[in-house]
Order: sequence, then C-alpha cells, then structure tokens
Amino acid sequence: MSNRRIPNWADVVLVPLFSVVLAFIISAIVIWAIGEDPWEATKMMVQGAFGSSYGWGYTLYYATNFIFTGLAVAVAFQARLFNIGGEGQATLGGLGVALVCLHLPWPHWSLALVAASFGAALFGAAWAAIPGYLQVRRGSHIVITTIMFNFIAAALLNWLLVSVMRPSGSMDPASARFPPEVRLPRLHEILDVFGIPFSRATPANISLLVAILACVLVWYMLWRTRLGYQIRAFGQSEPAAQYAGISPFRITMYVMLISGALAGMMAINNVMGEANRLLLNAVEGAGFIGIAVALMGRNHPFGVFLAAVLFGFLYQGGAELALWTNIPRELIVVIQALVILFTGALDNLVRIPIAALFARRRRS
Amino acid sequence: MSDAAHTLERPAGAVPPAIELRGISKAFGPVQANKDIHIRVEKGTIHGIIGENGAGKSTLMSILYGFYKADSGEILINGQPTEIPDSQAAIRAGIGMVFQHFKLVQNFTVLENVILGAEAGWLLKPSVSRARGLLKQLATDFGLNVDPDALIEKLSVGHQQRVEILKALYREADILILDEPTGVLTPAEADHLFRILRGLKEQGKTIVLITHKLREIMEVTDNVSVMRRGEMVDTVRTSETSPPHLAELMVGRKVLLRVEKHPAKPGPVVLDVKGLRVVDDMGVERLRGIDLQVRAGEILGIAGVAGNGQSELLEALAGLTPGEGAATLSGQPLDVTGKSSDGYTRRMSGVSHVPEDRQRRGLIMNFHAWENVALGYHHDPAYNRGAFWMDNPAILRMTEDYMKAFDVRPPNPALTAESFSGGNQQKLVLAREIERGPELLLVGQPTRGVDIGAIEFIHQRLIELRDAGKAVLLVSVELDEILSLSDRIAVMFDGRIMGERLPEQTDEAELGLLMAGVTEKGAA
Repeated sequence: MSNRRIPNWADVVLVPLFSVVLAFIISAIVIWAIGEDPWEATKMMVQGAFGSSYGWGYTLYYATNFIFTGLAVAVAFQARLFNIGGEGQATLGGLGVALVCLHLPWPHWSLALVAASFGAALFGAAWAAIPGYLQVRRGSHIVITTIMFNFIAAALLNWLLVSVMRPSGSMDPASARFPPEVRLPRLHEILDVFGIPFSRATPANISLLVAILACVLVWYMLWRTRLGYQIRAFGQSEPAAQYAGISPFRITMYVMLISGALAGMMAINNVMGEANRLLLNAVEGAGFIGIAVALMGRNHPFGVFLAAVLFGFLYQGGAELALWTNIPRELIVVIQALVILFTGALDNLVRIPIAALFARRRRS
Repeated sequence: MSDAAHTLERPAGAVPPAIELRGISKAFGPVQANKDIHIRVEKGTIHGIIGENGAGKSTLMSILYGFYKADSGEILINGQPTEIPDSQAAIRAGIGMVFQHFKLVQNFTVLENVILGAEAGWLLKPSVSRARGLLKQLATDFGLNVDPDALIEKLSVGHQQRVEILKALYREADILILDEPTGVLTPAEADHLFRILRGLKEQGKTIVLITHKLREIMEVTDNVSVMRRGEMVDTVRTSETSPPHLAELMVGRKVLLRVEKHPAKPGPVVLDVKGLRVVDDMGVERLRGIDLQVRAGEILGIAGVAGNGQSELLEALAGLTPGEGAATLSGQPLDVTGKSSDGYTRRMSGVSHVPEDRQRRGLIMNFHAWENVALGYHHDPAYNRGAFWMDNPAILRMTEDYMKAFDVRPPNPALTAESFSGGNQQKLVLAREIERGPELLLVGQPTRGVDIGAIEFIHQRLIELRDAGKAVLLVSVELDEILSLSDRIAVMFDGRIMGERLPEQTDEAELGLLMAGVTEKGAA
C-alpha cells in the first residue's frame, strides 16, 4: 500500500498551500497566453482585494458568506454526508430573515439580529432536514436530493417574490425594504468605535463576527460535545458507530439540521446586512463555493475560515481585475475553478509527492 | 509438501502442470497474506484450495488473475513462465475467473454480458451471432443451459453463475478458477454446478475450486491444497484424505498454550438462548436454531471452522444483527430481533462485546486511543459534564488507567488507534469492555493477529473475569484456544450446534469431526 502518512501539520497547511500555488501558476500561464501580464494581474488582484479598506470590506463580505456555507458542508462531511444543497438552504434562510424583519416590530437591530439568525437557521435547517430524512428512511441519496432541493428552493422563492411578497405596484421581484431599525451595523461603524478608519462603501457588516463565532462554536461542538463525538464516530466508521449504539437516523438528522441551519444563516449577511430586502438569486452561488471552501479547509472550522477568506479574495480581486483590465470576467471563474480543481479533485497530485518527501526524510 | 506433489492425481504422460506457482509471497503492509506458496495444479483435474476465511486463498487467486502483483515468486502456465500484470494478460494465458460476487450488468441480456469486453470490432452483430452459436454449443456440451436473451436481473443466482462460467469459456479459458462458488447457491444448484464442473474436466479443462466447505472438496476435487494463515500447508489426493484430516490441517495444531486456571464454579444461568435464527441479506439462513446457555463463572467456547455461523451468533447476541428467537439475560428478556435494542442498550443491560473485527467495529482507527475508550460508553455520566459536554480530561485519565492495567504499549492516550500493534489495539478494546465488570462478555477471536505475549495476557484476563463470577461466551477458530480456555465447548457447523463437549473429555480429533459436520465417529 502506498505510504500516505504525513504529519498532521503538513496535511493541514502544506498540502492546501501547494495546491493553491500550483493553481495560481497555471492561472498565470493562462493569463500570459491570452496576452496579458500575469504579474500585473496578480498585483491588481491583491491590490484590489487587500490594498484598501474598500477592498478588504468586500473581501470580508464575501468571506462571511463562504464561512457559513463552508461550515455547513464541513459539518455534514464530518458525518460523511455530502450536503451540496447549501444554495437552497441559504435561499430559504433568506426567506426566514425576511419574514422576521418584515412582519415583527423590532426596537433595536441587536434583537432583530438574534431573531433573524434564528429564523434563517430554522428555515435552512428545515430545508436540509427533508433530504436527510429521505436518505435514512427512504434510501434516496442525499447528493441527489439536496441538489434537487436547490432548484425547488429557487422556484419557491421566485413564486413567493413575484406573487406573494412583492409590494403592490412594484415592478421588481423583490420583497419590501426592511424597516431601518433592523439595519445591521456595517464594519466601518464598528471600527469607528475603536477609532479605526474604514471605507463606508462596503457591505461588510457585523455578520462577519457572527460567522467567526460560528466557526468557534462548530469547532467546540465537534470536538468537545457528546453530539460532536457521535457525529465524528459515525462519519469515521459506520460499523463501529453501530457497535457503540449510535443511531444513524438521529445523527443524520442532527447533522443535516445543523448543516442546513449554518447555510441558512448566510442570509443575515447578504439579505439583512447588505441588500436590506429579499432579492431573487441573492445567494449567487455561495452555496456551491462552500463545497470548495470546506474541501480546501479540510472540513475543519478554522480551515474553513482561512479558505473562505481566500475565496473572498478571489471574488473581490477577480472583480477588480475584470473592471480594470482586458482580462474577461470569465477568466476569473477559470482561476476559481483551478483553485477548486487543485485543492479538491487533484488533492493527491500534491499529497503523494509530499508524502514521498516525508518518507524519504524519515528513512535518512 | 514436495513429496506429496508426486502422489497427485495426474493424467498419464509428461504433461506440464496447468498452473505452477513457485515461491509466491505477498504482503499488505505488515500482514503477510501469502508466504512462499508452492503449488502444482495438474492439467485436466479439479483442484480444490481450502482454508479458513483470511487464510490467503483469494489473495493467491487475485495474484494469478493479475489483480495483485506478487512481491516475489514465479508463475508458470502450462510449463511456461508467465507474467500476469493485469486480468487481460490472465485471459490471454487462458485463465478465467468466476468471482464470489458476480460481475454482471444487471439490465443486459446473457448474450450481451458474455460478449462484454470481448466484442469483435465496432459492430455488435458479428460477435452476438458468434456468441449465440457458441452458447448453444456449450449448453449441449456441458449442461450449461441459459436463455441467451434473458435479462440478468431476471435470472436466479445459480443461472447468473452459469453466465459467469460462460463468459470465461467464451474467452477460451482453459483454466477456470471459481472463488467460493457455492456460497450463494442452494444445495440443488450446487449439485448442478458440480455436474457442470465434471463435464468441463472431461473436456480437458482445468478447474481450481476455492472454498472453505469440506463437503464440496470431498465431492468434486481430485487433489486438494490446504492453506492456513497465508501458507500452503499441504497438497494431497482427495481420495486419500478425509474431512477430519482436512479440518485439522485447516485449523492447524499448535503447541498447546496451557492456561493456569482453577476448575470453574458455575453459578446460575446468565445467558439462555432458545431457537436463535439469523437470515442474512441474501436470504441465506446463517443460524438455524441455536440453543445455548452460559452460566455465571464459566467460559463457553464456540468452536468451528470460520463461516459456520459463529459471527452471526455473536452479532445477534450483541444486538447488531437482527435475528429471531428467544433469549434471556439473568432471567430478563433479551431482545435479539434488533427492534428494541442496539449496541448501547446492550451495554447498559450488562453485555459487553469484544468484536471479531476490532479494526472495523471495535475501534475507530483514526480516533485517538482515549476517544476509542469512550466508544459505546459516550453516554456514561463519568465521561460527561452536563447534558452536552464530554469530559475529555476524565476520559483521558481513564485511558491512562486502562493502559496501565492492561500494559498497552506505548502508553500514550493521544496516539490514534491505527498506530498501535494488533495486540495493543486488542488490549485497549478488552480493557474498555472488561473493566466495567459486565455480567456477560461476548468475545470473538480475542487473539487474532495478536503476538504471543499479548495472547497470554488476554487469556489470563478472560480467566480472571470468569473467576470473578462473570459469564463469558468465547468464539474462536483457534482450537487450542478453545480447548485451553473453555469450561464447556460447543461446536458449530452450518448454523447449528453439532454437539457439546467438556474440554477434558475430548480431543482435537473429536472436535475436528464435529467441525466437519460429522456427528458419529467413523462416518466420514
């Protein structure tokens, strides 16, 4: 059998790092091939994403979305469940946020945030629970059902926005604006308290802190609670979990509820924090990016955080690149795809040489 | 072994053997699956390869069919040294394989399956008509009747197997290897298969039959090779051997490890099982009505050739496989249907279980040792703080205690289970299951893959548990382990208990007969 033992730190740090570097090298070759300067492009991406507080604001805004959807995939994968329905769960989470914000009077944003988080989590969890139930009780595979539920969610929201939630007289398939009381503090407002100047034009908001808190809580849940223990045991070995008396039904349901809740909570960032109303297609693919984020983050909450920031950078830097150069927007998608390809699908491309390297070092 | 080869059944004349393996070895990591295997399979004979599950039979055949590459050794086909890097090469060398689990496309017809991968050219028509003609021919020659246009999913298991054989013959196989062919067949289907095999032999084909069933060996083979723990123990003429002799060769006779123990002081009945039946997913009846009792302060040993229902017995009693029948634990009903019980409720009612497959069931290989110590006991208040939180430091302390008490090396609770040797893994499982003083301990193959030192230690612990007045149900394929540990011995064969003996009033020969399904001496 192949020698695939590498130290933990190398697995967590070295392998993703090399994968990203490889992806960037290939991207550079592609940029060079279409007649642009890769060095300039890199500079512009980094500048655009990290060079100003404006860039940082957008990078962190995107990262917040990806943290939530990445955590959703990561938690499910700890139980070896592949929840690729983050898109639909986040869509439904938006509905939960909108209902809370529009139909209840809120004296202060902080109360609204708590209630909206709860509503988002509830709707997202319910949307994930159905495929979970269908898998354990009816044997329909979760990969198929969650992806189908994405389409159902999109259609459902479409109907709701066009026929039910649209304010009368509006031509726009969107809900009414949320009342000003539920407007979440933006990042610059929070940083103002500490006297740090920050761009006022970015959508990054307090949800970022909720997302970071979610990372910590998920880590705590997985490695410090009994539920987390059972989830990980179930994911590592189903026969052993059965031997220990861990119920597959219960664990699958809990995991899908938590996973869906996390994906749903993305809505406090994009719906409540940014748009201030429920729009069509508000999730914009973040549910799928979450899969890549979880893959790259090795399904660990802290890895997810770092990977989410990386993908935030790719999003924001890529947008800048499309704005200021002749590099088409589609190429940004190619770069993102390369990162996903290298960190996810081509994992062994990097892992095997690194493992060989470590094996050689051990021998000498 | 080499002189045994001279006595083999073989056709007249100096025909080179169809298959000759010289010094084949194959290791998977630290596990030596095949050790220096030498075997000659004479042309035009049916050659049985017998051995327990995990003896290395399938590995050997996988090497012959190009699935694995041997670490060392030589393969000769019809006297010619042959390299078999993949199954295409095996087919070219005239070897056909019928797997235990069929490799058929369910929604294709018989004909389509037969030509799959051996289509001649771009168009299907020529191969289909060629195959149709050939199938007709084979049907009349060998009694291999199958409707060529039937869909595989509509066929019985026995007919599906014929399709596998037809596939091999269509590829012009001269050597046919069948891996546990009767495992899924009814007795009537098995008899028909044997008729087909004899027909093939008469046409000059060479057949290798892999099995762990003695009856089949005796019925159809000319020669038989016995494997045990990766080694080829002996090759003999079937007509010159007997089931007890083969059973003895399979199970092996080692120097008896005598265990220091006082006579048992059996107390009241702890486990009482009546009419336990288990039917597996394929609909095969694995347990056909088991009655047994285990008393407090005694070890009941279950002997038998692997695959005769012992695993199912353990799993059903442990609440992991649904069964039918009645059982009580110290007078309280014990659910064996799997409806109102699982691994956790079993533990709470006082039944601990050291599973046969510790790496699949008993441990989570990627978990730390301390995490494994909580496996199955994760609801224990001592391991928890409040409703949600696990008390990891408490589990860690308990693990350190266990490691000290059971001499687990290295005594580092933070290592993952896979970094321990087999013996130390087993000690960890044993510590977890014994230290809480269960009323009944179910233990399967306690010393499989365990080094000598650990074997002695584990045996002592089991005796201590017995002496503490607990009931122990021991399943092992190691006859000497059964003989030295048990206070009573029950022998299983084909899902039934063939008889019960006291260890001091029996010997390996008698047990061997029972294990071969023979209840009266002399009637082989």
